[in-house]
Amino acid sequence: MNPAMTASTDAIAIRLQAVSHAFAGRPALCELSADIRRGVITGLVGPDGAGKTTLMRLMAGLLKASAGSICVEGLDPVSAGDTLRLQLGYMPQKFGLYEDLTVLENLRLYADLRGVTGQARADSFERLLAFTDLARFTDRLAGKLSGGMKQKLGLACTLLGSPRILLLDEPCVGVDPISRRELWRMVSSLADGGMAVLWSTSYLDEAELCGEVLLMHEGRLQYSGSPQALMDSMQGRSLLLQDIVGNRRQVLQRALRSPAVIDGALQGHAVRLVLREAGVLPDLASLQAGPDASLQRVKPRLEDAFIDLLGGGPGGDSPLTEHMPAARLPDGVDAEAVIVAEQLTRRFGDFVATDHVDFRIRRGEIFGLLGPNGAGKSTTFKMMCGLLPVSSGEARVMGLDLKKSASQARQQIGYMAQKFALYGNLSVAQNLGFFAGIYGLSGASQRAAVADMVRVFGLQPFLAMNAGELPLGFKQRLALSCALMHQPPLLFLDEPTSGVDPVSRREFWSHINGLVDKGVTVMVTTHFMDEAEYCDRIGLVYRGRMIAAGTPDALKAMVASAELPDPSMEDAFIALVERDDRQREAT
Amino acid sequence: MWQRLFTLIRKEMQALLRSPQSRRLLIAPVLLQLLLFPFAATLEVKNSTLAVFNQDGGAASIELVQRLAATQAFPQVLMLHSQQEMQQVIDRQQALLAISLPQDLSRKLAAGQSVAAQAIIDGRRSNSAQIAYGYALQVIQQFAAERSHQLPPARLVVQNLYNPNLEYRWFVLPSLVAIITTIGCLMVTALSLAREREEGTFEQLLVSPLTPGYIMAGKALPGMLVALVQGCIIAAAAVWVYHVPFSGTVGLLIVSMLCYGLSLVGFGLLISALSSNQQQAFLGSFAFMSPAVILSGYMAPVENMPLPLRMVSAVDPLSHFIIIVKGIFLKGYGFAEAWPQLWPLLAIAASTLALAYLMFLRRSH
Amino acid sequence: MSLSLRRLAALCRKESYQIVRDPSSILIAFVLPVLLLFIYGYGINLDANRVRLGIVQQDGGVEASRFVQTLQASPYIAASLSNSETAMRQQLQLGSVRGVVILRSDFSAKVRQGQGAAAIQLLTDGAEPNTANFVASYVQGVWQLWQAQRLPGQAEPAGLTLQARYWFNPTTVSRNYLVPGSISVIMTIIGALLTSLVVAREWERGTMEALLSTPVTRAELLLSKIIPYYLLGMAAMAMCVLVATLVMGVPLRGSLWVLFLVTSLFLGSALGLGLLLSTTTRNQFIAAQFALTAAFLPAIMLSGFVFEIRSMPLAVQAVTYLIPARYFVSALQTLFQAGEIWPVLLINLLFLLLSAAFWLGLTAWRTPRRLDGN
Repeated sequence: MNPAMTASTDAIAIRLQAVSHAFAGRPALCELSADIRRGVITGLVGPDGAGKTTLMRLMAGLLKASAGSICVEGLDPVSAGDTLRLQLGYMPQKFGLYEDLTVLENLRLYADLRGVTGQARADSFERLLAFTDLARFTDRLAGKLSGGMKQKLGLACTLLGSPRILLLDEPCVGVDPISRRELWRMVSSLADGGMAVLWSTSYLDEAELCGEVLLMHEGRLQYSGSPQALMDSMQGRSLLLQDIVGNRRQVLQRALRSPAVIDGALQGHAVRLVLREAGVLPDLASLQAGPDASLQRVKPRLEDAFIDLLGGGPGGDSPLTEHMPAARLPDGVDAEAVIVAEQLTRRFGDFVATDHVDFRIRRGEIFGLLGPNGAGKSTTFKMMCGLLPVSSGEARVMGLDLKKSASQARQQIGYMAQKFALYGNLSVAQNLGFFAGIYGLSGASQRAAVADMVRVFGLQPFLAMNAGELPLGFKQRLALSCALMHQPPLLFLDEPTSGVDPVSRREFWSHINGLVDKGVTVMVTTHFMDEAEYCDRIGLVYRGRMIAAGTPDALKAMVASAELPDPSMEDAFIALVERDDRQREAT
Repeated sequence: MWQRLFTLIRKEMQALLRSPQSRRLLIAPVLLQLLLFPFAATLEVKNSTLAVFNQDGGAASIELVQRLAATQAFPQVLMLHSQQEMQQVIDRQQALLAISLPQDLSRKLAAGQSVAAQAIIDGRRSNSAQIAYGYALQVIQQFAAERSHQLPPARLVVQNLYNPNLEYRWFVLPSLVAIITTIGCLMVTALSLAREREEGTFEQLLVSPLTPGYIMAGKALPGMLVALVQGCIIAAAAVWVYHVPFSGTVGLLIVSMLCYGLSLVGFGLLISALSSNQQQAFLGSFAFMSPAVILSGYMAPVENMPLPLRMVSAVDPLSHFIIIVKGIFLKGYGFAEAWPQLWPLLAIAASTLALAYLMFLRRSH
Repeated sequence: MSLSLRRLAALCRKESYQIVRDPSSILIAFVLPVLLLFIYGYGINLDANRVRLGIVQQDGGVEASRFVQTLQASPYIAASLSNSETAMRQQLQLGSVRGVVILRSDFSAKVRQGQGAAAIQLLTDGAEPNTANFVASYVQGVWQLWQAQRLPGQAEPAGLTLQARYWFNPTTVSRNYLVPGSISVIMTIIGALLTSLVVAREWERGTMEALLSTPVTRAELLLSKIIPYYLLGMAAMAMCVLVATLVMGVPLRGSLWVLFLVTSLFLGSALGLGLLLSTTTRNQFIAAQFALTAAFLPAIMLSGFVFEIRSMPLAVQAVTYLIPARYFVSALQTLFQAGEIWPVLLINLLFLLLSAAFWLGLTAWRTPRRLDGN
């Protein structure tokens, strides 16, 4: 314990009162008031651009609030910054690690900066290295650690000096589920020990586990309090439509048209619905879900509550596909094997990024590659698209190897890159014009295609704005429209919904569903477990290998047991990874 | 496919011209250097100080001193009073040149005998000092010739062709056309590819129906366009603001600018293919440009360099282009005269573009 | 501002690791300087030794031949002979020769006539003014020599002559004059260009944010950038001096400690400027652009390194007083070629000190403690 700290035993560690902040006229936070208590993990929840990072920086004294007051441990972060920093641990989004320094050098640096010396340092290091399981890697360069290990190291550095307050900015983005659970356990035990922990995330399933949540959207606080209380308030409004016969996507579309339903999503073979009012059910017959279909009440999720707070989800009909003809594949292409990977392998020196991966994608199917960052999804994906050469095995799209094929083949593909690679300093209109142009649309057809996209995705008010300044949801829409203007029969989407708010995510998938109904084949990668539900089939990727493949329900069934009758996708993933590890060790 | 190429080029130009910062970066260095170079870059000797220790008080020496003082090169003449002062004045860099006229100068001249004056020259600034010495020597020889009433057996008549008054500006500004366009073109080409990689849009291009050749062309042509525009601006400023004569044809100037631009973009694309981010591309361009400018013959003639450097200069496109530009401005170059310098430009362009293409193919994997 | 030596040492250590482990820093700090030193030293040779001269001899007579022989015998002239004036003029236009001497068919006859009727015509390439000057002065020298040799028994022409002595650098090797100046350019690259990228990189990588949330003070942040790059700069300087003196044969007549002092002060200015750019722009690319324009260009054009400051218009001369490189170049040229001439050195040291204090002070003032400014 640092004797210089004022021992405040007040249960409230941080008090925010009417905090507002704007960046050069652009508002980021609006009249935020909240209390953050000690002894629990408080979740700061919201999509990218909600203002989470700004709020944390204000609390850490890195920014000065435009208006309102912030009180951290009884101190003002700006004026009493020097004193406060001795008690505060802040882990920014990029972890604050020096990539050219080893694990131990990073720890030593932060120990020196926080004044942890001598025996206290030796003890801290031993404790933290054990805590984070990094003792074997002390001499490895931080830049060469995996994503999960970097997070742990970042946390360890933040914990030096025994802070009383811990601010963690999206500590688990893209981390594999096993590491995420370990990290959560570590931080929980710290909270139990009396620390005040603020954990920011855009994943609502993570938020459910927090003791308290602050739900944010576009700079405003939508809810503050216990997540359980919020979910309880939704009691009776969450339903599952099971035993569907026929096209479940179309069932979802019909359900969303009903006035009784404010939100819906696919869940395996079933459709999950949220009602406007408890007890007012949609007309089952109009859903045309088949004779055995039934509606069952299920436990509400935090996501249901969040969408309810935002006023409900989008409709299920996509204006995108109204005028679209059915997607046609070139002659001679086997409809059962539109996209094929056979023993696909990619090596970078000694490191095997993709290890003998097999899969086959049918026409009109949505296939997902699911796995944490660094698992090898992007590598596999890029090999399929022809962006990386194959070390061994085969990657064929429409029977062709894209690496070698003519540009005609590429004309059939729509591609949406990770982080929505757009020309940030060109306007929305210029981006659209560019992508239309390089895919061969010119003159009247270019103008028509661009106008169509602007109408469908609501881009009219943003036409002159720089693409880099768009809110994240609109960047996603723009990226999708740039990929679709030439009406390709194949879509490759790399992490298309990372960081986006749930409503935008739903809308995105409604467009994709519409396209798939017209026969477009879609291949998707994601690290967000719940997104697997939108796919027809998924392949779980871990450390370069595909450890399992099948429909979401089938994979969950593989791990269902007496203790875990209703596993989530994340549970399934962890169990399958453990099973796979055991099998490997046995051989 | 032409339409797709046009789309690429249009996007590049939009990206260049859209942000105010980018526009500033295209124009500001041009203007700054256009204002700075013609005034600062001069090897002439002007505003220099001459120190004179006149140990003779006679009429001849006084007239000689007046003649020296009247020279344009020496607006200031410091009169010294001791040998020590002569040394000091050079030591402390107060004068470039110190001349001492011996005691018996006037007497000996009147008697028709030979007499020698001494000059001490500051070797630290050897180039200027030698030129200053040359001016002083001319004055003294003129003086001596008049005095001796002896006509030399043959007069030496010096005529400076193309630039009769050896106006330094007429040398600097055409070279500037070459140098400034180098900076703009190289930066634009090298950085654009690096930026696309950093932004992630490069992948989008690779996945599209565009072949690597087209992508490269789409990066090369804007650079050439920038070179052309900047070059024309400077050439126009040279003619209309600085009154440098223009004895060639505009057509030839534009053709040679395009050839030069072509050779440069080859280097720019090569640098870009070797860099993994914008910072490296920038430093790479910079590391290429400094030697390229020095070895081009702009600051000092190529023939003075040792053989290995002269060979490097032969593959430096800037050295060829400077010769062409100076030729067009001052020497009335036509296509025939420019050709010996044009074909190396095209050869360099062909090899660097081919190499860049190969690296590009490798790098895009 | 308070200072903790422990934190400062830790930050300096971190910076040193980053420098050593980043190949582009090593490239810029050691490889590029040596390269530039050689290129500046050997590439810029302003002494036009052996100019290429074309001789058009249209007269076969004794006088003409003797003149031509004297030209060909000169160690400064590489002569090529022809009898076609048009051919030679074309050579001049193409740049194959830098001067053309024309002796017309009636040359020898007119010389015998006397009364200065004969004329030796010299055409120089005005597109290369500096070389033209040298060509003229070499041919002039030959002309004098020819006159003297015509009259046997007379060592020098009667009348007034001017004998030259070079003080410092007696062989007038322009390298000795240019290399010290080029060292200032190299120091500018390291001091300003390299550091302009350093802080901006921390901002872009997000590590600055993490640092600012720890108890570090502004003084520590600033010093932890200055000290390692100062040491790097001095190491590069040492290497440059070694290469210049041992490999290139440039004399160093001043003492090492004065050289050390002068370099330290100049590095102070350069580092201050570089860090200021890095801190205020927070973007590596923009910082580097500014560093090029604000530091590198003046160091080449306005420091007196190649182009004589006195020859510039008064307005431009006034601007050079503000440029630290000017004082550094003057001090270096004196130290290397002359030795310790204190009146010159003291003025330069004073200005360098003021400049360093100004730029470092400005940077210290502008180093933020928060993400959004001071």
